[in-house]
Amino acid sequence: MNLILLTPLDLAIAATLVVALALISLRLSLGIEGKLLIAALRTVIQLSLLGLVLKFLFVQSHPLLISALAMFMLFVAGYEVMARQQRRFSGIWGFGVGTLSMFISSFSVTILALTVIIQAEPWYSVQYLIPLLGMMLGNTMSGIAIALDNLTQHAWQRRQEIEARLILGHTWDQSIREIRRNALRSGLIPIINAMAAAGIVSLPGMMTGQILAGAPPMEASKYQILIMLLIAAGTGFGATAAVWIGAKRLFDDRERLRLDRLGKKRA
Amino acid sequence: MGSLTLKQFRAPLLEPIDLHLQAGECQTLSGPSGSGKTRLLRALADLDPCAGEVSLNDQERSTFSAPQWRSKVGLLLAESGWWLERVGDHFKQPQTELFEQLELPKEAINWEVSRLSSGERQRLSLIRLLSNQPQVLLLDEATANLDQANTAKVEALIADWRERHQVAVLWVTHDPQQRKRVSERSWLIESGRLREVS
Repeated sequence: MNLILLTPLDLAIAATLVVALALISLRLSLGIEGKLLIAALRTVIQLSLLGLVLKFLFVQSHPLLISALAMFMLFVAGYEVMARQQRRFSGIWGFGVGTLSMFISSFSVTILALTVIIQAEPWYSVQYLIPLLGMMLGNTMSGIAIALDNLTQHAWQRRQEIEARLILGHTWDQSIREIRRNALRSGLIPIINAMAAAGIVSLPGMMTGQILAGAPPMEASKYQILIMLLIAAGTGFGATAAVWIGAKRLFDDRERLRLDRLGKKRA
Repeated sequence: MGSLTLKQFRAPLLEPIDLHLQAGECQTLSGPSGSGKTRLLRALADLDPCAGEVSLNDQERSTFSAPQWRSKVGLLLAESGWWLERVGDHFKQPQTELFEQLELPKEAINWEVSRLSSGERQRLSLIRLLSNQPQVLLLDEATANLDQANTAKVEALIADWRERHQVAVLWVTHDPQQRKRVSERSWLIESGRLREVS
């Protein structure tokens, strides 16, 4: 490894570029300078804290602490999925649908990768588990958020069609099938596009990071391929689970469309 | 053939209802907008949660699966829903004689849903419902979008259908003349209660 260590001054130079961008925003009356600076500040604080936490966990390596961090990441991702819904499920379901789906998909795919493919020792080794899980959660989160949002929006807009089918004796499953299929498709398109463009249009973040850290390019490629495939599978399984659970939740035990289980539309 | 019995049936906005519709009988229901007519029909069709008892031919609703119940207790809403491009794609087995009775051409089966007028939608959704062979009909302003001539055709079709198949009909209408023409008994919703109109 021949990693060039960054000094606070190096980061400060990068930060001045963002400050310059904020000044341009101010000059052009874009009105986003405040948001930009806060987001940049959050990046600095959140990533520094993560660095400190990981440094601590590298030393401790206690399974309980590692699982606590993993659960924290899961809950934050679950909250993000909920926050991105224009019509979220009311009550615990608003948080539960996305969180449960991510738990099922991201955790199982990550554990499979660690135990069967990478075979890290121990499998919960912080160096592998946390970055892998982070990438899985980050991408799965986007896919699930898009798919769930699409599902609830269309169920609301097309309630007349759904109920017309129910009236004619169709089951809940038949009545929402097209909407569910389209929702799932919308959740999967971003990762399909990302895979199609990988290496040609964009140099993926993880590969970039490994190359910067001095890893041989072919090794970095292999890791990136692995991650992209895992992310695609995780997003697909997660979005499928979320859309399935969400669609089921839109109907009660007498197969009535229950849009009252969705909250009010948010801007 | 179907009769419908309500015992202490609780629909939104309404006090508990006891009502019996014999096979082949038509009863109408009227009342001001927002008084709960449509919600009663929706609750009877098991589209909205409700309490109390409702049975078809003395068989309680809970003994049917929801899709079975809705196939037998057919609801026609004032605004019909269509989910595919072509009219015919929404029918299991379209009955051509129904098209003739409403003076719609047989080619209507190939029409695009997006090009239908509101009156055509209403008549085609009635044909779609009847093609499903329901035993009870719940009609929510079934002729609201139709002119006089087409209203008469729809009334004749429903009268003929209920006689031939002995289906019970509960018909929501705002038109007092229609009420007299089509039903044996009429009900008016007043302050959440059903009052029989003589």
